This record gives sequence, C-alpha cells and structure tokens, in this order.
Amino acid sequence: MKEYLLNIKNAFKLKHYINYIVLLAVFALFTALYYAGALNRSTPSLFNQILYSVILAVSLNLVVGFLGELSLGHAGFMCIGAYLGTFISNMLIGAGMNTVLALAISMVAGAAVAAAFGLLVGLPALRLRGDYLAIVTLAFGEIIRNICRNLPFFGGAQGLGSVIYSENLTNKKSLPMFIPTFICLMLMLVVIQNLIRSKHGRAITAIRDNEIAAKAMGVNVTYYKLLVFVLSAAFAGFAGVIYGAGVSPVEYSTFDYNYSIEILVMVVLGGMGSINGSIISAALITVINFYLKAYLTGDMAAIKTLIYALILIVMVVYKNAPALKSFREKYTFKKLIDKIVNRKKAVDYVTDDTARWDVVPTKIEMNEVLSTDLVVTESVVSPDKEVK
Amino acid sequence: MSDFALKTTDLGISFGGLKAVQNVNLEIKEKEIYGLIGPNGAGKTTVFNMLTGVYLPTTGTFYLNGKELKGFSQERINHEGIARTFQNIRLFNNMTVIRNVMVGLHNSPEFKCNPFVSMFRLPGHFDAEKRMRQRAKEILDIFGLLEERNQLACNLPYGKQRKLEIARALATNPKLLLLDEPAAGMNPQETAELMDTIRFVRDKFDVTILLIEHDMSLVSGICDRLTVLNFGEVLAEGEVSDVLNNPEVVKAYLGD
Amino acid sequence: MFFSTLIDGLSLGAIYALIALGYTMVYGIAKMLNFAHGDIIMVGALTVYYSLSVENTVLSIILAVLLPVVICTVLGIVVEKTAYKPLRGASPLAVLITAIGISYLLQGIAQLKFVFGVTPETVTNFKIPGSIFGINWSTIVTLVVAAILMIALTVFVKKSKIGRAMVAVSEDRAAAQLMGINVNAIISLTFAIGSALAAAASIFYLMQIPQVSSTLGSMPGIKAFTAAVIGGIGSIPGAMLGGILLGIIEKIALSIPALAPYTVAIEFSLLILILLVKPSGLLGKKRNEKV
Repeated sequence: MKEYLLNIKNAFKLKHYINYIVLLAVFALFTALYYAGALNRSTPSLFNQILYSVILAVSLNLVVGFLGELSLGHAGFMCIGAYLGTFISNMLIGAGMNTVLALAISMVAGAAVAAAFGLLVGLPALRLRGDYLAIVTLAFGEIIRNICRNLPFFGGAQGLGSVIYSENLTNKKSLPMFIPTFICLMLMLVVIQNLIRSKHGRAITAIRDNEIAAKAMGVNVTYYKLLVFVLSAAFAGFAGVIYGAGVSPVEYSTFDYNYSIEILVMVVLGGMGSINGSIISAALITVINFYLKAYLTGDMAAIKTLIYALILIVMVVYKNAPALKSFREKYTFKKLIDKIVNRKKAVDYVTDDTARWDVVPTKIEMNEVLSTDLVVTESVVSPDKEVK
Repeated sequence: MSDFALKTTDLGISFGGLKAVQNVNLEIKEKEIYGLIGPNGAGKTTVFNMLTGVYLPTTGTFYLNGKELKGFSQERINHEGIARTFQNIRLFNNMTVIRNVMVGLHNSPEFKCNPFVSMFRLPGHFDAEKRMRQRAKEILDIFGLLEERNQLACNLPYGKQRKLEIARALATNPKLLLLDEPAAGMNPQETAELMDTIRFVRDKFDVTILLIEHDMSLVSGICDRLTVLNFGEVLAEGEVSDVLNNPEVVKAYLGD
Repeated sequence: MFFSTLIDGLSLGAIYALIALGYTMVYGIAKMLNFAHGDIIMVGALTVYYSLSVENTVLSIILAVLLPVVICTVLGIVVEKTAYKPLRGASPLAVLITAIGISYLLQGIAQLKFVFGVTPETVTNFKIPGSIFGINWSTIVTLVVAAILMIALTVFVKKSKIGRAMVAVSEDRAAAQLMGINVNAIISLTFAIGSALAAAASIFYLMQIPQVSSTLGSMPGIKAFTAAVIGGIGSIPGAMLGGILLGIIEKIALSIPALAPYTVAIEFSLLILILLVKPSGLLGKKRNEKV
C-alpha cells in the first residue's frame, strides 16, 4: 500500500491533471452561480449541452485520433442511449422510483447497450479499413436511427416523451442536469485519459501509426480495436441518455449523419489525438452554435449554416493548405506566446501522447484505381489455399 | 528436430498459381547468424512474411525450437518468439523513440496489467509502467539511442531508425530475430558498426538471427551460414565462402 | 405488379447510378470523398424549380433541362478550384472536412430567403404525361437517357485520349504528370463530368419525387454514395451496378408493407453485408498492403 502511494507520488505530473482541475473549477464556479440564482434560464441547459458535446467529442477522438479509424456513426450510439435511457427512466419513474436513481440506472443501461452495439460496429472494423469502414459506420448509424423510429414502444415518428424533462420543468428544486453530466464527463476523462497514458494507449496508437508493425510486435489488434469501439460507444451512450433527459420528445431525426459529422468536426478542429483540444473545440463549437441558433431564427437560420460552413472551410484550408505552410509556421499561436514571454524555442520534444493533428494519419485509403473493365482483375492476389 | 532454432520443411507459397517460393528447407542452429540472400524478387521477404504469419504458406511448414507455428496469427507467432524488422522501415512515426520500444515490451508477462487496472490507476499500473520504462531505457542504451528517447521516431536519421527497429523487435524478447536488409542505405562506416551491433545482440540477448542482405561485405563478415534463393527456389546453401564461390550463385547474381 | 416494381426500381437505380458515378470518378481521380456531391443535386433541382416558373412553357422546359447541367457543371468546377485545389497534397481528412463545409455552405446559400428559403416547395407538372404498357413515359425516358449517358461515359473513358488520361491520373498521379498530362485540368474535368451527371440525376429525381428543399440532396447523395461503395468505389461499372441494385432493392422493400418502414435499414444492412463478404465492393479492385 505504502509502495503504491509512493508510486503515485512519483508518477504524478501536474500537467497531466491540469484539465481535471480546470474543469472542476469551471464546474464549481458554475454550480455556485446556479444556486446563487445568478444565471438566466437558458444558461444551465447550454452548460449541459457543452458537457455532453465534450463527452461525444472526446469519445470519438478515441476512435479517430488514437486508433486512427474514421467513424461517421457516433450519433447512432447516442441515439441508442437517448431512446433506451428515456424509455427506461420513464418506466422506472412510472413505477414510482426516485428520479435520480432512475436516471442513474438508465445511464448504465443506455451505456451498456450502446457498448454492445459498439462491439457490433467494431467487428467490421477488423476486416475493413479507411473509407470503407467510414461508410459502414455511417450506415450503422442510419440503421439504428431507422429502427428506433419504427419501434412502437419508442413512440414512432412523434418521438419519445421524457418524464425527467417534464419533471425538471415543473419541479424547481430538482437536480439540474448538468451535475450528472459533469460526473459522467469526469468518469470518461479518467477512463480515456488514463487508458491512453498507459501501455494500452501505446498499443492503440501503435495500431494507428502502423498496423502491420503493431501486429509484428505482438500487439493484439483485434482486442484493442474492439476495446476502443466499445468504450467510445459506451460514452456516446451516456451522452445520449443525458441528452434524452434534457429534451422532450426524443426525436430520431436529431441523430442523422450530419450530427455525427458535427462531432467529427469538433474532433478534427480540436486536434486528432488531443484530448484537451477536443474539450476546447467541443465547448467552443457548442457555444457558437447555441448563440447562432438563439439569435438567428426563422429565415435568418440560413446565415447560421453559412457562417458555420465558412468558419469550417477557412479553418481547414488555412491549417492544411500546402501553399500556406511557410506562412503558418511563421505565425503560429505558440510562436506568439513565445514572443510575448520572450523565451527561446525549446527543442521539439514531445512528452505527451498527443501528436500534431496534421501529421496524425487516419487510415483513409485513397489509392483505389478507376477501372472501366467490366471483368474484374484483382491486381494483388492473396495466397492460394493450401493444397492437400 | 528440436536441435534447430528454426526448421522449415518444404516451405512454399503460390499466388494465383504462380509459385513465388517453393521447397525452402532451412535448418538454423541456435545462436547462429544465418543469411538469406538472392537477387531482387527471389522471394526472400516472402519467406519472412510466411515465418511471421503475414502469409499462410501454401505448402510445407516451419518449426521454432521444435514447435510448429504454421497457421498462427502474427501476434501469436510473435508471442512464440519470432520478431522481425521491415525492409521499408515501419516505425510508429508519431510516437517517441522510447514509446516505440515500450510497444515492443507490451506483451512481456513481466509487465502484465489489464486495461481496467490502467484506467483507474489501481495498484500494479505504476509499477508495471515504471519497470517497462526502465527496461526500455536499458535496451535503448545498448543501441546508443538513449539520448534521443524523447524524440519522435520519424525525426531520427535513417541509420538510427534502422537501429530503433531492431531495438523494438528485441524488446519483444524473441528467440529468433528476422532482419530484413538491415544495412540498406547505410554507408560502409555504419555497416561496420551494424555488424558489431548484430554480433553483440546475438550474444547479449541469446537470439538466433536470420537476415536478408544485399551487402556482401556484411554477409561474409558476420553470417555463419547462408542460403541463396533464386526465383523462389534454393540455389545453394552452406558455409559462406563455399556458397559465394559457387558458380551457380555467381551466375545468378551476375547473369550469364 | 412485381414487374412494375422492378421497372420503378430500375429507374430509381439509374438515378442513383448517375449520382454514384460522380462519387466514384472523383474518388478514383482526385482521391477524395466529395461529401458536397449530394448538394450539387439540390442546386440542380432548385434550378429546375426556377426554370419551370418561366411563363413560356416550351422555354421553361428547355431551360429546365439545360440550365441545371450548365449551372451544376460550372459549380462543380468552381468548388474544385476554390476549395479542393488548395488542399491538394494535404491530409485526406482535411479534404473530407472541407467537402462537408462546402456541403453546409451550399445548403446555407439555398436557405437564404432571397435564394430559396427553408420551406420545401412542390414542383407541379414536371412529368412526361402518359404511359405505355403501364410504364410511365418519365420512367422510360429516365432509363433510356441514363443508359445513353452511362454508355457514353464508358466509351469516353475507355476510348478517348482524355479518358485514358483520366485513368492514368487515377492510377498514378505523379507518373501521369511526368508523362505530360495536365493533372489539374483532368481533375477539374472529372468534377465537371460528375456534376453534370448529378444535374441530369436531379432532373429525373424531380420527375419521381416532385418536391424541392434545401436539404433535398442529402438522402439521394448518401444512398448513391452507398451504391458506389457497394459496387466498389473507384470503379465506373461498379457504380452503375451498385446504383441499380440499390434502387431495385429500395422499391421492392417499399412495396412490401411490413418492410416498408425499414427500407433504409435494409439498404444499409445490404451495404454492410456486401462489404463484409467482399471488402472492396462488388467490382472494386482488391488492394493488399505490401509488407
């Protein structure tokens, strides 16, 4: 025991835990303001929205940034969580259970089922790579959405009404949703961050960097791919349950592939393989979206889409265009800080598991060949079966 | 049979009816440095791919210390004790040098620690990590890479990348090490150093080494025995000097 | 009954195939997933909608057929030149995200009040009246024109000098450049052809489903993308096969009441199943990584 504590002390690095501290501080401040009654009506819901967006972005980053597989079906897992969680909590509250307990149980159930579906999506990931996997995850998300829409006990096209939501509306003293969401977020951060900063995280990033070499080094690729998909789906399920408790009705149309793409955008802009980057960009994008939505209604809604699209295009082109490379290197954010603090540029040491996002590959293969031959000739053949 | 570290019997593979490699019978003794040479396209790397489970041999089989490994997955074959390097370097480019080696240590029973333990930092995690880091440093020290341990693997110069690949393969604690053109792209000075390293590795880690190489100075300098492949078939095998003076081999290399 | 379902499926499939060709050609030559392709269809459909509002009937029909093709082709080239060309050589994911951005941008522009707005509108009288052997003339025209376009495209790619240059660029861009092929021009041309086919598809799509909205392109877009993958993305005959297969299955599923609500699930399950059995699609080329 003493040795264990000593080990913890030796391994402790403040910068590895700084994000917990910042998040806790923000949360404490927010909770204090909330109970002091200093917040207007929409702010707690915005805060909740930020928190579950962060959960979604970080859990997707595990698949895209760390494992290197492109997933376009993250909203599908959220869909499962939202429908199932709402369904179970409605049932439990209907049976007279305490709201908080019902929410907790529905969260566990929603995450568990989402995780099971994550396993199901992970299976094709063992066989398919790159673009093909991306389209399969997209298809999976759409299948889930389609099925949830048609299951009679999920309310069909009208959607599923949420009891927790309506209770929260009427009962002023009820637990604000952002508290359970924050607990989930912290749990996710502990799990994912610790996992990444361990031998298992190294195995996962090794698969991303070079799957063939990882296999040759004895890394169990099957196991880790499935683990990553299951974990990521489970947390998306959590986020779904939270989402379901905050709206009424839960509608299938929310979880279309555009939503998955929105989460992917958060991950990419925040930096693939950077957990803190995902947290910041998810928070920023959610806030921007929230205010654009709040101020631009009706016919002005188009401007919201326009602004969002322009920000996206300009940012990605600026960060990636080969022609702008020298310009980028001249005026980086880091350089700016260095200038202000007036310190010399340190050697390019990397001590964290994160890597620069523009150099982290996802396994999108773009090497297929345009063929007009109706007869298929396989360019590279696999070994023949054994001759008995 | 178990006198041999690696024994292959009639190992062969064909792709779409084309016999890429056939009837390869290797008998490599423990702690031997064994060379596999041949002109380009002779099927040397294909032999490596069969031995590491990338391809399933069409005919024949192979044994490591008497245990048949054919049909096992790549991961499993590595666990059983065969590690390799690649002709075109395959490092984990976005990871630091030390982490590359630590991935090699991943499966050692000494550093067992399941994901759940790591997620919640339960007892066992820190200890395993600390020992892994220590071990990785030891291995890097042997290869003179300790200084560069916190650099990204892709930022290393070419020669050091080759060394790192060998270090990473050795971290998996193999009984048999397969080196695919370890001296490719090196200058004579570096090649000479590499020869020392390979000998040192053999003695220090008690491994048997099978290597593919085009650099004849390296082959004749360190290999105990050789097999020459040409068009997927064994052309000659035996002691280095005998093989290199074999008229068939000279013909295969220089043409008629 | 079954026969007419089959014909309906065939004509829907032909539409999917036309769109899928755009995905597949852009993928094969520019090596990117053009997520904005579906929105090109939307632009085409809006053009048809506005063309039809012209008073003169004959003129409006001519405009409705020609204008979408012109506008979409130009749009395809403009988008390629402004958004994708600066990113040539950047990571594929960056290009993918940019394509998504373009998709939002086109939708956003369409949603502006003075362009189209957010409320869907119905297109009336955009159908060739009458039928023969119980098959609508619209369906027959769709099938015939789609077949002509596909044959023309195949012949163009296979026989013409430019077509062979396209294949060369798709095989190896660097080598093609060294052989004196103007790669930028070929890529622009690919976008132009893909967009023109999408415009044609939008015309036929409106004949079948006479409603326009700013998000009209997303569903046929994603279905056509699925079709391209089923057929083997990068393969022109694969896109045709995949599109027709998907169209027929969609119509058959819709014709069975118990299955109708689950049509989308069935289509996408088919995709997953095919990919699991044949990971590179039906006619796609298999590519093993060299170890």
